[in-house]
Amino acid sequence: VGFGLIMCASVKYSSRGPALIPRMKTKHRIYYITLFSVVLLGLIATGMFQFWPHSIESSPEWTLDRRSVHDAPLVKLPVSSPIPERGDLSCRMHTCFDVYRCGYNPKNRIKVYIYPLQRFVDEVGVPISSTGLSREYNDLLSAISDSDFYTDDVTRACLFVPSIDVLNQNSLRIRETAQALAMLPRWDKGMNHLLFNMLPGGPPDYNTALDVPRDRALLAGGGFSTWTYRQGYDVSIPVYSPLSAEVDLPEKQPGPRRYFILSSQTAIHREYRTELERLKEENGEALLLLDKCSNLSQGMASARKRCYKGQVYDYPQILQESSFCVVLRGARLGQATLSDVLQAGCVPVIMADSYILPFSEVLDWKRASVVIPEEKLPEMYTILKSIPHRQVEEMQRQARWFWEAYFRSMKAIGLTTLQIINDRIYPYAARTYEEWNNPPVVKWSSVSNPLFLPLIPPRSPGFTAVVLTYDRVESLFRVITEISKVPSLAKLLVVWNNQNKSPPEESLWPKIAVPLRVVRTKENKLSNRFFPFDEIETEAVLAIDDDIIMLTSDELQFGYEVWREFPDRLVGYPGRLHLWDHEMGKWKYESEWTNEVSMVLTGAAFYHKYFNYLYTYKMPGDIKNWVDAHMNCEDIAMNFLVANITGKAPIKVTPRKKFKCPECTAIDGLSLDQTHMVERSECINKFASVFGTMPLKVVEHRADPVLYKDDFPEKLKSFPNIGSL
Amino acid sequence: MQARKKYVLLGLCTCCWLLLFYWGGLQERLLALLTRRRGEVVRPWPDWLDRALLPGYAENAELQNGGGPGESPRQRRQAWASIYKNSHCRMDTCFDFGRCRGRDGFRVYVYPPEKGDRVSESYRKILASVAESRYYTSDPREACLFVLGIDTLDRDQLSTQFVPNVDERIRGYPLWNDGRNHVIFNLYSGTWPNYTEDLGFNVGQAILAKASLNTEHFRPGFDVSIPLFSKDHPQKGGERGWLLRNTVPPRRKYLLMFKGKRYLTGIGSDTRNALHHIHNGKDIVSLTTCKHGKDWEKHKDARCDHDNQEYERFDYQELLHNSTFCLVPRGRRLGSFRFLESLQAACIPVLLSNGWELPFSDVIQWNQAVIEGDERLLLQVPSTVRAVGVDRVLALRQRTQMLWEAYFSSVDKIVLTTLEIIKDRVYAHISRNKFMWNALPGGLVVLPEYSTHLAHYPFYYLNLGISPGQEFTAVIHAVSPLVSQSQPIMKLLQVVSKSKYCSQIIILWNSEKPPPHRSKWPPMPVPLVVTDGRRKVSTSSRFLPHVTIETEAVLSLDEDTVLLTSEVNFAFHVWQSFPERIVGYPPRSHFWDPVKKIWGYTSKWTNEYSIVLTGAAFYHRYYHYLFSHYLPPSLRALVDRTSNCEDILMNFLVSSVTHLPPIKVAQRKQYKDMPGPQSTNMAPWATPEHFNQRQDCVNTFASWFGYMPLVHSQLRLDPVLFKDHVSVLRKKYKDLERA
Repeated sequence: VGFGLIMCASVKYSSRGPALIPRMKTKHRIYYITLFSVVLLGLIATGMFQFWPHSIESSPEWTLDRRSVHDAPLVKLPVSSPIPERGDLSCRMHTCFDVYRCGYNPKNRIKVYIYPLQRFVDEVGVPISSTGLSREYNDLLSAISDSDFYTDDVTRACLFVPSIDVLNQNSLRIRETAQALAMLPRWDKGMNHLLFNMLPGGPPDYNTALDVPRDRALLAGGGFSTWTYRQGYDVSIPVYSPLSAEVDLPEKQPGPRRYFILSSQTAIHREYRTELERLKEENGEALLLLDKCSNLSQGMASARKRCYKGQVYDYPQILQESSFCVVLRGARLGQATLSDVLQAGCVPVIMADSYILPFSEVLDWKRASVVIPEEKLPEMYTILKSIPHRQVEEMQRQARWFWEAYFRSMKAIGLTTLQIINDRIYPYAARTYEEWNNPPVVKWSSVSNPLFLPLIPPRSPGFTAVVLTYDRVESLFRVITEISKVPSLAKLLVVWNNQNKSPPEESLWPKIAVPLRVVRTKENKLSNRFFPFDEIETEAVLAIDDDIIMLTSDELQFGYEVWREFPDRLVGYPGRLHLWDHEMGKWKYESEWTNEVSMVLTGAAFYHKYFNYLYTYKMPGDIKNWVDAHMNCEDIAMNFLVANITGKAPIKVTPRKKFKCPECTAIDGLSLDQTHMVERSECINKFASVFGTMPLKVVEHRADPVLYKDDFPEKLKSFPNIGSL
Repeated sequence: MQARKKYVLLGLCTCCWLLLFYWGGLQERLLALLTRRRGEVVRPWPDWLDRALLPGYAENAELQNGGGPGESPRQRRQAWASIYKNSHCRMDTCFDFGRCRGRDGFRVYVYPPEKGDRVSESYRKILASVAESRYYTSDPREACLFVLGIDTLDRDQLSTQFVPNVDERIRGYPLWNDGRNHVIFNLYSGTWPNYTEDLGFNVGQAILAKASLNTEHFRPGFDVSIPLFSKDHPQKGGERGWLLRNTVPPRRKYLLMFKGKRYLTGIGSDTRNALHHIHNGKDIVSLTTCKHGKDWEKHKDARCDHDNQEYERFDYQELLHNSTFCLVPRGRRLGSFRFLESLQAACIPVLLSNGWELPFSDVIQWNQAVIEGDERLLLQVPSTVRAVGVDRVLALRQRTQMLWEAYFSSVDKIVLTTLEIIKDRVYAHISRNKFMWNALPGGLVVLPEYSTHLAHYPFYYLNLGISPGQEFTAVIHAVSPLVSQSQPIMKLLQVVSKSKYCSQIIILWNSEKPPPHRSKWPPMPVPLVVTDGRRKVSTSSRFLPHVTIETEAVLSLDEDTVLLTSEVNFAFHVWQSFPERIVGYPPRSHFWDPVKKIWGYTSKWTNEYSIVLTGAAFYHRYYHYLFSHYLPPSLRALVDRTSNCEDILMNFLVSSVTHLPPIKVAQRKQYKDMPGPQSTNMAPWATPEHFNQRQDCVNTFASWFGYMPLVHSQLRLDPVLFKDHVSVLRKKYKDLERA
């Protein structure tokens, strides 16, 4: 209706135009009329969006308005509203968790729903919590809602997170909080609900799990003991230390520190303090026992200061000055100090019997901390002294890494918790030990060999020879005839890379005892030689050029035997080396008579078929296309690939012989040879930059038969014909 | 007029803009609307205006106070010990650590068998394993752990092996002490129809090492879940896994298989009754039979006849070999034999056994070796396993083999793993971390008393992204007194000390004469340590874990070894590439003599070898420790008694750890080889008696290991340009080629 009315008005207005602007030309008039109409239309549209949105948007609660927490709707709890049962200690994922809600999911990722914020009050209007939504819980919920886990569709959710803040039990009214939980629309006996609590229990006996009755809800708790923690169901989380957001402690290089052991906690039981003081007496300066400061001037934050005999130290900075830091239990098992200690890169010495360490389901605390039974406190110094220095340094690094990845913020804590639950629901897609525990620097430099099992495969399946050819038929046939003499050859595969010419007729091919297959390729690409053809049925592949006719049957058979002993490596004949050119400041390719080897040419090399998959489907960056475009360096790329994933050098077999290969024959004179070398050097530099590192390993050995060149009757040797030129 | 026009225009524009401004956020609103219409929400948790004003969840002071000092720790510990008993047992409350003090504190005592007691085959093997382990003691006073002589494996009252009156008997034992520090092994508990976890007697505070443990009853950090194994499970050694090679693509003929009983009624029937649903006759074979028990025909349903027929068509062993995944559903109890069977067969187990505490779950990361399914989601299993990628199948499969060989292939390993897990709990600060348990070569050969630092072991360099050190320590075993300056040892000292990688030399003086004065030794650029071994002259002492060895690499030498500096350097370079193996010069070989049905030993020149002599070899110093602490005293005694075979034993040890052969490197001359018949006074190592001894050793060692760990190799590692037709000047190791 409004739209029509304004339209009328505008028509009326424009009709009055001539009176208002009498001498205006018609052209101008039309111009102004159009202008006004556009402006008015704009206004109308704005008006529509302004007044209609409530009918368009589905949930009016959560618009993008920046709103106040106090605007959240108020919910009154009737006195008689039901109270959930106390947590069931026998709950496990298969008994108390409804897995059907999570279902099969191609991404293997659980969906998490967050309840909208409500303010619960009892019948007389007193809120159920003295603090309401805390900053930390708000951070946690925003982090979840920003993550991949989040869904706003309550029907598709697998896990529900209430917006009722139960981080600190002390600020809660237990009974009313429980009633509020039970009032949640999808509560359903707490099934698939996740509660976050960092400070459980209350004086005097401090329970180790949240006292709020919660039916079957999962609990992410900070301070579980082994008797309250339901293994595989609950998640043990850290007690977040807000200090870590306030204070910026840059990472300190691992190494020996000024103090050996530091105790910074303020509420240590008298019995333990006496023990610590005795240790201090015995070992002197190596220990520093701090306590709270008794006579600080007004206005100084006592939380940031510690004292020893009147001397004042800054906390948490002082933690960085010690190799080990004591984390003793208080009335509560979980201590925020742990987070501060880890942040400082100090190795925590945890003495809290029965305590379930944070995220212990996935984190290997033995690599980042020392756990000592409380009873053994007097032996602490001896125990810590027995740890090798290098290990202490590694633990310092590991401690800091744990803090950075899992303790640093509420976001880190929340998402780690969800990831752990995710790993339980989709165990076959779970993160590995290495992913959880290895700091980035180790992840980067370490290798995880896909063929890690030490196996010497049986000889009998033999190997498949893959000959890449273009049109050198005569030479190809000679190669085929030569290779067919090798006892362990199982099959010969010719990769015909010439699209313009058909391979010779079947009758023309050499007659050999093993099956011979010819595959025609669609494009003349070098990478075709490394394609994982279905025709290759053996593990061992011999890649060979169509002009390598000088290898004897003994040499090839021996090469296969060597490959069996090193099935995860490239085993080849001509060896090459990469060198660092100090003048040019880059890598250089070397094919001269060197004493070292870091690559073998794939013009004649054995390797595992698995590497064909890797080359074809997992080659990093644009290397594969680059190789195909330049028609060069496919062998260097293969060497990089294998060395990078296995961390091992290739094996060169048998003595050097004259190979008919581009860089050693130099048919077309020196200049071509030099261009070739330059190109190959470029390849190395290019690949090293794509891999982000130089994975090639240099070795000084090659493999020969045990009795090679030994003074022993030739006819008794297994491989007599080796190294003939 | 012109001006008026302008004002009107300006006024109108201002109005418009003011209006726009007033209503504001048009674009933002539009955006939000559009995205909402696509069913997505940009940011659902509001960005509160008063976010900064929200209170912290706790005051800093409150957090640092940690709840205050709390009650007296001493009193609390005492209180715990009386509260947390029986089903709440933990090491802190139900285990007496006081019994395990001292360096050799972890000792296990086995109750002697009683008259008239029948002990099952499996339990006999368990007891034998404990008795043969290095932790065994026959004196109950020094024991830390106790193992009952009563067979508690089968607690099914209907079983013939059920032992009655256990309760009364154990209560009569003076050492029982309510089960404190006792380990009770059990494979079967409960009986038809409920198969509860009740053992039929009060376990008290004893640690349960039990198969088919349920997570609900499992006392974490206290009980140990063990695998169910058959009475034919070998005592020692055990079969290797069936995976001989990593075929690519890794998929086998069948994707998923199951062949077993379908329970028509009773516990476990929910899952077993549904298994036939996933059978598709093509790549998923799920076969069930109704035939089990006496009265199966009573419960027989319409499927039975057809299923039984189909069941007979396939052979279980053949399916095991040809399946990528094997379904391991619960039986009446949670664990089943097929778990170990598929593990060995490298058929990746797909578990359908809700609530099963997997074997050795304390230390083994099972999600890297099996697919943990959910009984409730049986119908999802096919799509789940189909979605497992090539790389993952390859990794899972290799891991099944690694775990099988490290922890499950023999009763010995199962028992030893149980003991080691308990030991790791008792000495928590000197224990293996999860990485050591799960990486090759497995936790049993990693002794945490040696070091808890990963980089101190020869196995983990690549995993940690580091390389072995650049120096070695030469350890020379000297037996003959020093009489002249031209003795071979003098020459050897010079040669070795000239190597730039040599950081120190240790001479193990094992002669009856006292070691010569310092001044008698030639001057050297590296420190020389002479240890006097006269008081305890023994051959195995050459492998004592000398604290003086500071480098990772050890070059073990006999006093009469003839070497060149460049040979030493080259071998050390090779060792750096293979730090977990023995790298040495003179090779030997073993072979199977089919006529005598024994292992043979040969020092003849052959085309392959499986041993390199430690009279000149590089290896990691950890093997010294392993030699002295892992091997049983009986083997070391044999070596000492005969003054022989220590090198063979070392090769057995290293190969059993690595499953790989040693490495022989190039050498100028054959070392101590082929003594010519013309030599009149034969060295002790050349007598036929000596040789026969060595043959006997090979057989004795093989029987202790339970299998033949030695592996043959056909290759030798030479310098890259070794004997190549190129100027010697180009060669780094030219000395090796001199005659």
